[in-house]
Amino acid sequence: MNGRPLGVFVGYGLALVAALIAPWVAYPVFLMTALCFALFACAFNLLLGYAGLMSFGHAMFFGMAGYFFGHVVKVWNMPPEVGLVAGVAGAALIGLVTGALAIRRQGIYFAMITLAFAQMIYFLCVQLPFTGGEDGLQGIARKPLLGGLIPTKDDRVLYYVVLAIFVFGYASIHRIIHSPFGQVLKAIRDNEQRALSLGYEADRYKLLAFVLSAALAGLAGATKAMVLQFATLTDVSAAMSGEVVLMALVGGLGTIAGPVVGAFIIVTMQNYLASFGEFVLVIQGAIFVVIVMAFRKGLVGEIAEWWKARRRPA
Amino acid sequence: MAQVALGLVNGAFYAMLSLGLAVIFGMLNVINFTHGAQFMMGAFAAWLMLGLLDVPFWAALVLSPLIVGLFGVVIERLMLKRIYHLDHLYGFLLTFGLALIIEGLFQWKWGSGGAPYPAPIRGGTDLGFMVMPTYRLFVVVAALVVCLATWYAIERTRLGAYLRAATENPTLVRAFGINVPRLITLTYGLGVGLAALAGVLAAPVQQVSALMGTNLVLVVFAVVVIGGMGSIMGSIVTGFGLGLVEGLTKVVYPPASNTVIFVVMALVLLVKPAGLFGQSR
Repeated sequence: MNGRPLGVFVGYGLALVAALIAPWVAYPVFLMTALCFALFACAFNLLLGYAGLMSFGHAMFFGMAGYFFGHVVKVWNMPPEVGLVAGVAGAALIGLVTGALAIRRQGIYFAMITLAFAQMIYFLCVQLPFTGGEDGLQGIARKPLLGGLIPTKDDRVLYYVVLAIFVFGYASIHRIIHSPFGQVLKAIRDNEQRALSLGYEADRYKLLAFVLSAALAGLAGATKAMVLQFATLTDVSAAMSGEVVLMALVGGLGTIAGPVVGAFIIVTMQNYLASFGEFVLVIQGAIFVVIVMAFRKGLVGEIAEWWKARRRPA
Repeated sequence: MAQVALGLVNGAFYAMLSLGLAVIFGMLNVINFTHGAQFMMGAFAAWLMLGLLDVPFWAALVLSPLIVGLFGVVIERLMLKRIYHLDHLYGFLLTFGLALIIEGLFQWKWGSGGAPYPAPIRGGTDLGFMVMPTYRLFVVVAALVVCLATWYAIERTRLGAYLRAATENPTLVRAFGINVPRLITLTYGLGVGLAALAGVLAAPVQQVSALMGTNLVLVVFAVVVIGGMGSIMGSIVTGFGLGLVEGLTKVVYPPASNTVIFVVMALVLLVKPAGLFGQSR
């Protein structure tokens, strides 16, 4: 690694410019939804790509945060900022409890345990009155942010708020990965025994990574509830947990920008294929199979590889 | 008491499915997420054969696992065998994708509503403390027999010995001239066949529907975490045991009956993280 290549800065600059003019080109609600899923996928990828922990239950943080947001804003009639904080805190708390249990097993068991806990949360959501059961929480009013300074009724204004939240989340993940904490995480991922022998308490690092990932997934879920004004069972279901894995996988596991690309691809695809009904499942399944069989690095990973290979002989 | 006995019926399905998962994982190092879809395919095969060809239940009980098992063999040959050298994660994702495809296709063709399958045995049997529908009693006994037969085949026969040896050290077993890749294919076919057999048995109890295996496989994952996948007998005991626990919960506090297995999982993780019958891995 010889410093950051210029290309990365140019790439981020172009992406930022594109993000700023996007709501005048595309439908803002679609963009906001895609940004929420992009943040969700980044949060998932933080755990898998940098701590080597594959969670198959991330929907529990995403979906529950949506419920927390909805409950705080609609039932308790509090400002949306409080709702966002409640969503993040609630997701982090669930992450703390389930994470503490799940990290007691490793590898594929970890995935099964998180999946099982998410299913338990799903069953609870079906039964508990506070989630509204099958109906979910509907009609969560969009209230102005910062005590009335930012009117969120206008989709384009809200878009910039969501963009700011996304940039905050993405920058946090970037910061976490490049911090000493992130380096220790990678060391544990690559060789846990060795990290232990160097005196790092692997379990505490893993748990903190899990909680951070849960909190960021919660931020994404609460933001989505703020944008779409509802929270439903779909967002806590196992299918949603699978979807976020798919987004990260399509973009490239363990690449920082991959999940963003993957999320936009999958959300766009769902947007266009919505009329196909059950066939969306088949297509998603087929994408899983094709990527696992042939393109395990994902889109961003494969492009990065190709780029390196192209430059090497020169 | 009646609920507890009926819990055994669910336990029978948990036992057969977790047994299949454990056998497959032991040999292929793959957690077969397609297990729920293959369970559903077993039920569907029986239902289709009855509707189209008038094949009776008893014949379907044999044919359906064979057909679905063969389908499993094809999948193993075409896809799974190419990813054994990779991290467990990829097998999980691949089989998850396959489950989506299969369940999506069945849902597209037959919708997500359920179709009834007539019970092949009618009437009830008086067990002294309760009258149990005879068919359900048959399910429990049949599952028990199949599970024990599988245990016997793996732990007590020559082929089973090859299988266990190949799980421990495939290279060495190959050196003795045993065709390990074929053994692996066979194992996957067997595990998938077990899932399909459970599906046929479940058809008259539940409705036959495209999504009948979707939630079931998630519960079975919890069962597998509780039991640990190290031992065949462990899977069987855990499966039936958790069915009983679920039945008991239905009596004591019905709303908790579909979450109790996950609570048990959390408790087991606290007390004995490796699982009741597992070695730590």
